[in-house]
Amino acid sequence: MKKPRVCILRTAGTNCDAETAFAFGLAGAQAELVHVNLLAAGGRKLDDYHILALPGGFSYGDDIAAGKVLANELRCKLRESVERFISAGKLVIGICNGFQILVKSGLLPGNAQWKQEASLVINDSSKFEARWVHLRIPESVCVWTEGIGRVIYLPVAHGEGKFMTADTASLRCILDKRQAVVTYCNEDGSAAVYPANPNGSQADIAGICDATGRIFGLMPHPERHVQSSQHPFGGRGRKSAEPDGILIFKNGVRYARKLL
Amino acid sequence: MIYRIEVLDKPGLFDAVGEGIVRDIADLGISGVSEVRYTQVYLIEGEVTRADAGRICRELLADPISQDYLLCDAAFYEPEQPAGGFSVEVAYNPGVMDPVEESVKKGILDLGIKGAACVKTARKYRINGNISVSQADSIAEKLLYNKLIQHIVRRGASSSHPPSEYNFRLSRVRIIGASDAELRRLSFQGQLFLNLDEMRTIKAYFAGIGRDPTDCELETIAQTWSEHCSHKTFRGRIKYSETLPRSYKGRIGSRMIKGLLKSTIMKVTRELRKPWCVSVFEDNSGIIKFEGRNNVCFKVETHNHPSALEPFGGANTGIGGVIRDCLGTGLGAKPVFNTDVFCFGLPDYSFKDLPAGTLHPKRVMKGVVSGVRDYGNKMGIPTVNGAVLFDEGFTCNPLVYCGTAGIIPQDKCFKKAGKGDLIVVAGGRTGRDGIHGATFSSGELTEESETVSSGAVQIGNPIEEKKLVDTLMQARDRGLYSSVTDCGAGGLSSAVGEMGAELGAKVELEKVPLKYSGLSYSEIWISESQERMVLAVDGRKADELIALFAAENVEAAVIGEFTGSGRLELFYRGNLVADLDMKFMHDGRPDIEKKAVFKLPAHKETAKPCPSDLGSALKKILSSYDVCSKEWIIRQYDHEVQGGSAGKPLTGVACDGPADAAVVRPLMSSRKAVIVSNGINFRFGRIDPYWMAASCIDEGLRQVVACGGPVDRTALLDNFCWGNPDKPDRLGGLVRASYGCYYAAKAYGLPFISGKDSLYNEYMYAGKSRAIPGTLLISAVSVLDDVSKTVSMYAKEAGDLIYVVGLTRDEMGGSLYYEQNGLTGSSVPMIYPAQAMKIFSALNRLAAAGALRSVHDCSEGGLGVSAAEMAFSGGLGMEISLADAVYKCADKKRRRNDFILFSESNSRFIVEISPDKKRVFERELKGLSFSLIGTLEEHGQLIVRGLDGRVCLREDIAGLKEAWQKPLRW
Repeated sequence: MKKPRVCILRTAGTNCDAETAFAFGLAGAQAELVHVNLLAAGGRKLDDYHILALPGGFSYGDDIAAGKVLANELRCKLRESVERFISAGKLVIGICNGFQILVKSGLLPGNAQWKQEASLVINDSSKFEARWVHLRIPESVCVWTEGIGRVIYLPVAHGEGKFMTADTASLRCILDKRQAVVTYCNEDGSAAVYPANPNGSQADIAGICDATGRIFGLMPHPERHVQSSQHPFGGRGRKSAEPDGILIFKNGVRYARKLL
Repeated sequence: MIYRIEVLDKPGLFDAVGEGIVRDIADLGISGVSEVRYTQVYLIEGEVTRADAGRICRELLADPISQDYLLCDAAFYEPEQPAGGFSVEVAYNPGVMDPVEESVKKGILDLGIKGAACVKTARKYRINGNISVSQADSIAEKLLYNKLIQHIVRRGASSSHPPSEYNFRLSRVRIIGASDAELRRLSFQGQLFLNLDEMRTIKAYFAGIGRDPTDCELETIAQTWSEHCSHKTFRGRIKYSETLPRSYKGRIGSRMIKGLLKSTIMKVTRELRKPWCVSVFEDNSGIIKFEGRNNVCFKVETHNHPSALEPFGGANTGIGGVIRDCLGTGLGAKPVFNTDVFCFGLPDYSFKDLPAGTLHPKRVMKGVVSGVRDYGNKMGIPTVNGAVLFDEGFTCNPLVYCGTAGIIPQDKCFKKAGKGDLIVVAGGRTGRDGIHGATFSSGELTEESETVSSGAVQIGNPIEEKKLVDTLMQARDRGLYSSVTDCGAGGLSSAVGEMGAELGAKVELEKVPLKYSGLSYSEIWISESQERMVLAVDGRKADELIALFAAENVEAAVIGEFTGSGRLELFYRGNLVADLDMKFMHDGRPDIEKKAVFKLPAHKETAKPCPSDLGSALKKILSSYDVCSKEWIIRQYDHEVQGGSAGKPLTGVACDGPADAAVVRPLMSSRKAVIVSNGINFRFGRIDPYWMAASCIDEGLRQVVACGGPVDRTALLDNFCWGNPDKPDRLGGLVRASYGCYYAAKAYGLPFISGKDSLYNEYMYAGKSRAIPGTLLISAVSVLDDVSKTVSMYAKEAGDLIYVVGLTRDEMGGSLYYEQNGLTGSSVPMIYPAQAMKIFSALNRLAAAGALRSVHDCSEGGLGVSAAEMAFSGGLGMEISLADAVYKCADKKRRRNDFILFSESNSRFIVEISPDKKRVFERELKGLSFSLIGTLEEHGQLIVRGLDGRVCLREDIAGLKEAWQKPLRW
């Protein structure tokens, strides 16, 4: 079977690129790590890929604000190729720092062209925190979360993950359009308070998608839960049939096959 | 034109940074602060229009959702002093690297705006509330800035000073005719930290060649011969004498020791000849075999002196440095995890009693943790294991141990620079920062250290190093260089000097890329600027290598070549500034002989009567800073990045229990795992460093065993942090600790593969020098074949059986229980290797067979702490009986519930077994010390029955957990 091609975009400070590539590989795709300089110089063309993945890390040190400098670079220097990629009906995923980049470039929630509508700011605890969280996945148009329909368990690790919008109207808009596709919750799915909501995000939002459901970003790290040994209970006790994180990658790859 | 831009959170939004500072101010004991607002300040200098400056603010610097900005001409800015509060603005000192500047410049260029020549940043804090000027000053000084690297901006625009040009002038130091007194002064004033004998040897060398040395030559020799680089204490001669009772276990006897390291630590490895040891004590880290095509390397470093002066920067560059050790091992290893172990003064120490020139322990701790967090997280290396210990003795000299392990292909483990190879320096640029780090850390700290040695303090740039890792690994795999080493202490001087020790090297110093002009040739040569590596490159491959680096914005430059002349020749713009014989540099140092004495201290062993209820004693130990939960620290580290985390540092049903060791699966495609743990206990060293060392090895090993790690695939690293070795009593302890290492490691069959020492951890004030408690960190690393065989420490199921494995002895000396009763004692825990080895092996076999539900090792706080931690981490109750535990004690009066519960005897575990595994378990341990002491229960209480069968402890596990979590829940 031919495999969808994934462009894992990396730059100075990207650091979850290898495990993201591994996760896509497990899910049946062919992933390639591509430095942003190579893309900007034309050494690789975004057109040749089916999925663009923005992995976690600290792009450019998260200087100014998390993801800001790479978001600016995408918006100013790679705008055309990204626009062409999206309008060709292809997929984009941003994880952690990648999510911050998608939000700060305006690609998410993506209701206004390249204009930032929401933000991810410093956690209410004012510090970086790494912990495992439970996540609710409501029904939505998002192709990445399709059919999961249960509470999943993934690690978060970030200092700037508090999702916020400029005003309640814009938040309402995201919720009404069912773009808030991953939310922090308790183990039983009920509404979360700190630390179950690890950063103070509005409406417990952990991840959102654009109106098409093809562009998706989230703070938690699905690529860190694609093997049972990664689970805090080592696959013992509360064992699920398949590690939760891999479901997201498989969804993306399944959809991308249609683009082959 | 300079624009001043202030970016701050919109009114009404929660200011997380400000809130954090409000809490810290309260910790200082200053009340009355109602709010702190944080503002980020940017100064942009250059040919930029007002309209473009506005765009830079809107599109790059201010977050449109959460922030507002203020743009003005810096020339017209006047700092306001608001009514009802203070405004404090902090900026970096000239020459201190600020990575944000580069990112802002890049962002502006990406916007299509050219002409921004220079960017500076500052932080402004507006402190609202009713406080005095002196309180505001105190807040600024204690929390907001460190004068070694930052300053308070007093006036409006701080224009960037144009860097001064450097005018070459060769400087010679008159040494040939110098008297002894002059030699001493020369060493002291030049911060060379060389003794008279060494200065005389240098004088003789230069007299022999008929000229005085250049400043650069003298600096080079001082660095090469520094304690930090040449480890003269461990390699020199030691005249050792001990006074111990004839029957004392662990006598080594007075003797002349020719090379302490060779006679103890390295001797173990040599004698054990483990076939899986690949490279030991010869490279920047030790290498052992891992799986088919890959090996694992591991190194632990210390960064104590810099962390004492600037905790964030010191820890930051400490972790950065040990990562480069990994990169500079063989032809380069990929870092896969970090470890960190700290020793601090007490966090609640009174400000009043703090010696002059010392930062408060809480500030040191917060700074160090932030420094590790910043560097480790940004590098994408999980920080998986550590420990934190507290004692008043670390108030002036905190200890910061940083470790890094890497994965390296089998065929990349060795390197050799060839004659004619070019010398390439890659990574960060060279600046004036970090001058004299190597020599500075080879002396004691004093009140003046903060002014005299401030140049030795730096801030790291993890992203620069991350780029270096990314590109270096590609260059390694393409075979583009023949040798590599890191630029650490001693800078180029040390890196080129070591790499070219056999061949000789010629360097043209003006070719080294600089951060700014104005550096003299000597400064370029000895600067310890971070994030640099030195490579030996075949001339035909140099262009490809430099292009590979450039493709990812890493700067690299050819600065010289390895000549084959056996000489170190340095040029600056065509002028010869140093010409030294490599042989003299590396072998010319006079052998030193130091004196060491050891006398057994007399500590009383008279305990108060045993309390009838041990609940409060247990809670007090759980609440001690050493034992209590370190969750506040651990959560700030990304311990999951790279996806290899299998045994997490926090474990249990609520993911908050204390794991014994970390289990990492560094290659996602392999089921093999690396287990890493640490053993450290300075309290035992107050009685006898020999048994402290043996106990540390036992602790490191038993934590590995608790997680299922095989004894016969475990290797060790040693890190000694000690006081001034020129003082015989300090050195006597160090000798005993080294011999204790030999005894335990040899008996357990554990080779040392690498190590490091940091001596001179003393602080001179009020005319008296205070040494740290001599502290040894043992790091253990083991290879487990199948990650699914990992065993964890938290209670799993009610009804399961609880065993104690290993013999509890009357060894209360140095225990936390004694300490809390104001005692040190003399009955220090010893090791009994024959019995212990059988226990470890049996547990290994049981783990491999999947027969162990959970295992937790007994360390500080003994059985009591271990049982409590196992119970509350698993959310289950536990009932145990002390009468059933095997306890060995000669004195009947010392058969006491408290001693059995809190003795810190080595080689012991609490083990949970499901009832159906009872027979298998007992058969495997037959003939060894173990006993069934109780069961796990649903009721949520820890119940301990004493020797008389009556309950001597009954506590809710929730209350025990709260006692354990509360102290460091910051």
